[in-house]
Amino acid sequence: MSAATILEEEQKHALHSREFGFWIYLMTDAVIFALLFASYAVLAENSAAGPTSNDLFDLSRTAIETGLLLVSSLTFGMASIALMHDQKGRVVQWLFVTLLLGLAFLAMEMGEFGGMIEKGAGPEVSGFLSAFFTLVGTHGLHVAFGSLGIVVMIGQVLVKGLTAPVRSRLMRLGLFWHFLDIVWIGIFSAVYLPGVL
Amino acid sequence: MLGRLTVEALPFYSWVAMGGAAVTVGGGIAVFLLITWLRAWKVLWTDWLTSVDHKKIGIMYVVLALVMLVRGFVDALMMRAQQAFSLNSEGYLPPEHFEQIFSSHGTIMIFFVAMPFLTGLINIIVPQQIGARDVAFPFLNSVSLWMTAAGAALVLISLVVGKFSQAGWTGYPPYSGVEYSPGVGVDYWLWALITSGVGSTLSGINFIVTIVKNRCPGMTFMRMPMFTWTTLCISILIAFSFPALTVVAGQLTLDRTLGFHFFTNGDGGNMMMFANLLWIWGHPEVYILILPAFGIFSEVVATFSRKRLFGYTSLVYATACIALLSFTVWLHHFFTMGSSANVNAIFGIATMIIAVPTGVKIFDWLFTMYKGRIEFHPSMVYTIGFMVTFVIGGVTGVLLALPPADYLMHNSTFLVAHFHNMLIPGALFGYFAGLNYWFPKAFGFKLDTKWGIRSFWCWIIGFYLAFMPLYVLGFKGMSRRMEHYADPTWQPYLIVAAIGALFVLCGIACIAIQLYVSARKWGSARDITGDPWNGRTLEWATSSPPAPYNFAVLPEVTDIDAFHDMKILGQAYQPPQHYEDIVMPKNTWIGPALGALAFALGFAFVWYIWWLVALCFVLSLVCVGIRASDDNSEFVLPAAEVARIERERLAQISPADMHDMHDYVPRGAASGAPLTGTV
Amino acid sequence: MNHSAERSLSTYLTGFVLAVLLTAIPFALVWGGLLAGSAVYAVIAVAAVLQVIVHLVFFLHIDLKSTPAENLFFLAFAAVLIFIMVGGSLWIMMDLHHRMQ
Ligand code: HEM
Ligand SMILES: [Cu+2]
Repeated sequence: MSAATILEEEQKHALHSREFGFWIYLMTDAVIFALLFASYAVLAENSAAGPTSNDLFDLSRTAIETGLLLVSSLTFGMASIALMHDQKGRVVQWLFVTLLLGLAFLAMEMGEFGGMIEKGAGPEVSGFLSAFFTLVGTHGLHVAFGSLGIVVMIGQVLVKGLTAPVRSRLMRLGLFWHFLDIVWIGIFSAVYLPGVL
Repeated sequence: MLGRLTVEALPFYSWVAMGGAAVTVGGGIAVFLLITWLRAWKVLWTDWLTSVDHKKIGIMYVVLALVMLVRGFVDALMMRAQQAFSLNSEGYLPPEHFEQIFSSHGTIMIFFVAMPFLTGLINIIVPQQIGARDVAFPFLNSVSLWMTAAGAALVLISLVVGKFSQAGWTGYPPYSGVEYSPGVGVDYWLWALITSGVGSTLSGINFIVTIVKNRCPGMTFMRMPMFTWTTLCISILIAFSFPALTVVAGQLTLDRTLGFHFFTNGDGGNMMMFANLLWIWGHPEVYILILPAFGIFSEVVATFSRKRLFGYTSLVYATACIALLSFTVWLHHFFTMGSSANVNAIFGIATMIIAVPTGVKIFDWLFTMYKGRIEFHPSMVYTIGFMVTFVIGGVTGVLLALPPADYLMHNSTFLVAHFHNMLIPGALFGYFAGLNYWFPKAFGFKLDTKWGIRSFWCWIIGFYLAFMPLYVLGFKGMSRRMEHYADPTWQPYLIVAAIGALFVLCGIACIAIQLYVSARKWGSARDITGDPWNGRTLEWATSSPPAPYNFAVLPEVTDIDAFHDMKILGQAYQPPQHYEDIVMPKNTWIGPALGALAFALGFAFVWYIWWLVALCFVLSLVCVGIRASDDNSEFVLPAAEVARIERERLAQISPADMHDMHDYVPRGAASGAPLTGTV
Repeated sequence: MNHSAERSLSTYLTGFVLAVLLTAIPFALVWGGLLAGSAVYAVIAVAAVLQVIVHLVFFLHIDLKSTPAENLFFLAFAAVLIFIMVGGSLWIMMDLHHRMQ
């Protein structure tokens, strides 16, 4: 075998390993979120004379945020389909749409956080708010890193083309993005909806 | 500019603290001068610190563990000395200093001795045991090492700049909260945990992928050596339990730095949640420390009894069982927090169930030894010492698993004796056995056995003297973490315990002498075949020390004890038909750089130097970016070079060096004739 | 993760429609106040679990045949552990909560 084919073989194996390693990473991240959810559940009632979830949550905002993330999952799916068909331009377009949706989500969330802090409902007010900001904020931070990842990957697709490593990275980024949407299901089901009941 | 860091942070307030700082700084300077004097900086940097070779990373882990063992043991000596004399008196340590010492002792022993020691041994051996050329992610491996080292450095620097935590190795709030511990100590503790925790999580993921994806042809899961099995299990435990540590440490950090209320007394915090989350990580953690040692004992017992491991399958299932069960018992660490009888009973029963698979293992090892030709190599002696001693610890553990009994013994020195009884034989002895067993593999020459045996005797005598009195003291009502006491009947026991610690000191000295003596006469103890003990598993098929690629040609296996079979069939030491090019990862400075940045980041966080926090964060992102866009991180070792290295090795081995396998050939029961083709 | 499965547009669209439905139901219930008491919580929980499964199947393309066994193993293991950790924590903490009153 020539050096080039060996490198190629090796690269294929390495990419498989990375995809599997990334999957395990996602599982560990899922445990982190699960424990943040547990912390929230334990502290949700402890508003300590401060504002309660009923005073603070605005379901229509949550609904829009949910919609943004859900649609962004679909658009990332479109990018994956384009990737399968080797349509470089399409991939970039759909990634770009996904990025915009992600940023819109982040903007809404920051608006929400900012509004709460202004109203005197920051994380240092009560156990409930500490747990709320930590859980939702950690998810938001992940979305921010995901968006950064999309920017980087748009750059890589444009510069390097749809090479094997780029495809593999895109696939992992997609997993990450869909994973964040799953976490969000937990957030609206365990935080926002019960919070206004 | 420097946050809350002022000259007052320097330890000029007490002679003992100044002594500690002087030793730390002096040690650092001495190492610096030694390296300079040896003109070794360049070699150190290019061959070691920047290395991504799993064997070298493993060796660096073990060195870190041994250095920190000395530090952690000095803490233990200081505590034993204090308690030996502090009957009705202050002793020589003021309370706030004594508190720092037991906190740093526990933290160091768990995070910076046991964890790096086992990670190091795994790094050196597991890829070779599965017939792989490397771990799945060599660069990530280097990052893990340097994150762990950064955590250790944070603990060390706390001796010089500021103070360490006084809240014990478990750091329970509200005491560890900012209200009662306003200084930097708890922050040092938290950042040491967080950085080294990230390192451990990454190596956990790395070894899961390595073992699942990089096994050589023919090595099914049920043909993996026991040490590899235990590594797989603890890597899974690490990957799934360390997130809990990250969460709980992160939450306490938020409480302390940003005024959150996860665990505060008032404002809706719930400090019981801290104990709950901490032990969700903490119980699996003790199995993370112990299972690899069980793996080592399994290898050692089989090799030095000259028999196939008894009950391989049951050992595998017992290990897997322990791993899963270890996630279901965490409440036994806080039986006394006030849960109802039902909750305590369920967790108590689950705890006792774990003793069953552990017992299975002990019997498997005993049956392996039964009718074996036992050779009392130091690693085997450590193993036997472990089996005898560990059973006592297991019995006291089952005792503590009874909630009503635990109500009496909780937080007493009985508990201290129990967990040392688990961790010293069950973890440390295993690592020492591994050190004696695999040292020739890593360095190419054997360790002196005489000093090895001496170290064992000192350790085991020291252990019994130091901890058996604590069981008694627990019954007499002494609680743990006492700086002084008023009951004169305790003192004799504490003096015996102090003498025990002196024996352990001798044990550590013997290990140091053993290393020194062996290094001095390494030429006469060289391991030429790569198989000094007539080993059974694949790590003995490589040269000692192994070539960077471990295996020139990937082996193929058909059974457990693959190398044993190869030797019987005469397949060992045979040059292959032809060699191939091998892809190797290039060394990189990014691992150590990320470690340095993690250290600086932690330090800056501890002292509230926010600009430095931001700077380190950005620089870390830059490092990651540089690495991620580097498509040129590997090189090809040409087949001709591989052939040269291998020929040189094989030329050195004469048939006289090889083990005589005649006695091991399976024979027909009736005829006594060798059975061909049935190995 | 899944290299062989066909990732067609229709898979994503089916997943999307199902997800929208499973989101809309709990939101509508809460907004409209259609149900009361613990029934609402039950519906929210069931819808959430179903939606997680929908995402796993239609967006992450998990299926029992073509997803590599080790990935399935770790997914299942994570699910079991999350159940033990979260369930255990809540059980312990609720129990303590009651006994403190
Ligand atoms: C080498 C001999 C050792 C001696 C003489 C020793 C001695 C001690 C002493 C005197 C204490 C304080 C007991 C008290 O609270 O009253 C202690 C605590 C502790 N030790 Fe050791 N130890 C040794 C080795 C180890 C090892 C190998 C480990 C772990 C791998 C370990 C882990 C701990 C932990 C976790 C604590 C609890 C710290 C705390 O209270 O926060 N020790 N040890
Ligand atoms: Cu435990």
